[in-house]
Amino acid sequence: MSHHILEIDHLRHVYPDGTEALREVSFSVRHGESVAVIGANGAGKSTLLAHLNGHLLPDAGEVRIGHVPVDRTNLNEARRTVGMVFQDPDDQLFMPTVYEDVAFGPMNLGLSGTELKNCVAEALRRVDAEHLAGKAPYHLSAGEKRRVAIATVLSMSPDILVMDEPTNGLDPYARRQLIGLLKEFHHSKIITSHDLDMVLEVCERTVVLSKGVVRADGPTLEIFRDEALLRECRLEKPLSMQGCPVCGPKGR
Amino acid sequence: MHMADALLSPAVGATMWAVSAGGVALTSARLCRERDDRLAPLMGVLGGFLFAAQMINFSIPGTGSSGHLTGGLLLAILLGPSAAFLTVASVLVVQAFFFADGGLLALGCNIFNLGVIPALLVYPLCYLRLIGPAPGPRREAAVTMSCALVAMQLGALCVVLETAASGISVLPLDKFLFLMQPIHLAIGLVEGAVTLAVVSFLRKARPELLGRGERARAASGRLALAGVLICALLVAGGLSRFASEKPDGLEWSVAKASGAPSLAERRFGLPAWLGALQKRTAWFPEYQAPAPAAVTQTGTASGKGSGVPGVVGTVVTVVLVVGAAALLRRGNRESATPEA
Amino acid sequence: MASVQGALLDLKRLDRLAGGDTPLHRLDPRAKVLATLVFIVCVVSFGRYEISALIPFFIFPVCLVSSGRLPARYLAAKVALVAPFAIAVGICNPLFDRTVLLHLGPLDVTGGWVSFASIVVRTALTVAAALVLTALTGFASICRALVSLGMPRTFAMQLLFLYRYLFVLAEEGGRAARARELRSFGRTGRGLASYASLLGHLLLRTWQRAERMHMAMLARGYAGTFPAAQHGSFGAREFLFVLFWSALCIILRLYNGAEILGTLVTGYLP
Ligand SMILES: Nc1ncnc2c1ncn2[C@@H]1O[C@H](COP(=O)(O)OP(=O)(O)O)[C@@H](O)[C@H]1O
Ligand SMILES: [Mg+2]
Repeated sequence: MSHHILEIDHLRHVYPDGTEALREVSFSVRHGESVAVIGANGAGKSTLLAHLNGHLLPDAGEVRIGHVPVDRTNLNEARRTVGMVFQDPDDQLFMPTVYEDVAFGPMNLGLSGTELKNCVAEALRRVDAEHLAGKAPYHLSAGEKRRVAIATVLSMSPDILVMDEPTNGLDPYARRQLIGLLKEFHHSKIITSHDLDMVLEVCERTVVLSKGVVRADGPTLEIFRDEALLRECRLEKPLSMQGCPVCGPKGR
Repeated sequence: MHMADALLSPAVGATMWAVSAGGVALTSARLCRERDDRLAPLMGVLGGFLFAAQMINFSIPGTGSSGHLTGGLLLAILLGPSAAFLTVASVLVVQAFFFADGGLLALGCNIFNLGVIPALLVYPLCYLRLIGPAPGPRREAAVTMSCALVAMQLGALCVVLETAASGISVLPLDKFLFLMQPIHLAIGLVEGAVTLAVVSFLRKARPELLGRGERARAASGRLALAGVLICALLVAGGLSRFASEKPDGLEWSVAKASGAPSLAERRFGLPAWLGALQKRTAWFPEYQAPAPAAVTQTGTASGKGSGVPGVVGTVVTVVLVVGAAALLRRGNRESATPEA
Repeated sequence: MASVQGALLDLKRLDRLAGGDTPLHRLDPRAKVLATLVFIVCVVSFGRYEISALIPFFIFPVCLVSSGRLPARYLAAKVALVAPFAIAVGICNPLFDRTVLLHLGPLDVTGGWVSFASIVVRTALTVAAALVLTALTGFASICRALVSLGMPRTFAMQLLFLYRYLFVLAEEGGRAARARELRSFGRTGRGLASYASLLGHLLLRTWQRAERMHMAMLARGYAGTFPAAQHGSFGAREFLFVLFWSALCIILRLYNGAEILGTLVTGYLP
């Protein structure tokens, strides 16, 4: 028995209009591992993530969670195991107040009373957002929205945390706060991003996606050192690994 | 063309509330039965879309004025009648609470004029009948334009009738009609053009999105029937009002239907008390004679300066109200526990 | 609605007021909704020529504004801005109704002017009551109150969804409108064709958002129904509140408070 929690096996997806978004994608994630999926715009990252909790079903190949292939019969199980944080928090926060929004998932799982209260409070505490409980989502700042969106997912106690471009549109302070938060989670994580500096800090492993196939898969540092590979996939070395044009070369 | 509380009598307001609430109950139950779990978020954001669309204006060519989309017909084409009606109704509710567009009592009228008429009457009865199974572009254009026009004209007509039936405004019916209908002819034309343009845009960009309204076609027969019934009842009520010499058609028709003398004429117990109450409160503003208070004032006009007590009283009341407000405010500032 | 941005800011401000913390804010929303409805029905039930009897009704919004610590000036400005339709129709009354009703010294006041003034007062009262209710309660709580008063859950959910996405979409629409304005230089660009295609694009984005939301809801166990929310309690305080204001409104409806006061005052004067 392997200790792989998530296996993606020869995954292929074609949209109804004929766009072949994923051609052949295979990799697997172990317990507690943080994996970054990087790639240019349109490389197929969001499409890949939508397969992980069964929102899209593959045209060929399969996704296995704890050795069980995701299909129509076990969607609910998959959605509970894989906590998905969407690219735009406005899509995810749809209830009138933050509290109700965080409670939405647990209530659907059948929690109520003090159990529910504790669950929501704990999720909010973990993202440092207890003080926002009574607020309406449209009164939150971008960083607060993102943290609350993560809380809505944490409240379902998923085994794997999946995030689509979490640092998008955050100011430096909110981004720093989020990175701190992500480092504290000991979940398995899959994160897509263009923010390679964040990837460098949070994820020990990186998968490079290009035009629907896996171009490279390995330790983050190793991949980021391969400038030819990055250039080919329309990416760029993270700033923290580039020499400083003012104070001389550094490199890592 | 939002109807307003200030122009409504309680009888008309309550009737329209009942009709619109019935519509909401009916369509909600229907959607509940359909159990389309994609519909809830879709209706929600399309309501937001309608709201945003109504805040963006365009200039009407040649007039210098501007207009916006009301959207009842557009949503019916996209979502089918039930979902469209609920969406329009929800937008009107938010407008009533936050912009006081219309007001709470007038909400019933507004939901009827802008929701029931385009989504539950014009769409199933005109649009679906006329458009046929596979319409060509010309036919579609003609049908969409004419349906938008009809919906707008009917809406304006209802505003006029509701205002006249309430009797707070004294604008003669014919003059009011003459004012409202032509304006809404122009607005209706524009509404039709925008509806048509947006639908054809969507058909080009994402044809699969238009399937929902088409699927709803099959199911809209009974809804239309209910709509016709409601309208027949309303028209009957309205006509009896104008046919009768009595100012209040509703009371008249109720008395006829129950075959009994009007409530006010019974003499014993609770009915008598209710009758007295009704006389005293005059729920239905009279058409010919001014209200009793005013009559007595003109009656005694030859004596002391009439109307003076009323005016003095008004001034004193205003002073008292302002004083109470100031006191409450101060109480608030001193202790954190005021009580209303 | 003048500008998208302005309307949006206004909406947010009114919504924030509901976050206040006074006994009135804490009152069960059902009590406030019921009292407001009684108030509005009483106000509009007056005859066309009534003014003085309407004035005492101002006590309701005024009391709520003061003890709910709402910004009176802001609400008054909002009341003054709305209801152009009622005023536009009402202003016709003086033209058509010229029977003289009142003599104020040398001044003859016609029925038309009296009824017009009455319409203005009604507008102020009903609009103020609606805005005060919203500012004291908040939209989500009002929806919940309406559900426990019999509104279908489906419709309540629609209202809450709409309210949530109003802000997102109005902002999106506002941006699109501004972009169009910036490039059209006040000329033909603001016509029908660009309006329709702007709406078409907005609609498309809206639809995509609905699909993403649906995905997010499914991801959190949504299966077509919403979990029921817990209710507040309708206790003695709520009961007293409704009783007090309903009784007051009905008494003011039956007896013209202003006139009684006036007679008292003028009766003592020579
Ligand atoms: N609903 C859709 N229908 C058709 N094509 C789509 C759809 N969503 C995405 N695509 C296409 O699939 C490809 C991958 O998109 P996506 O997974 O969103 O990329 P990424 O998230 O890496 O930027 C793109 O070429 C995009 O145009
Ligand atoms: Mg993406």
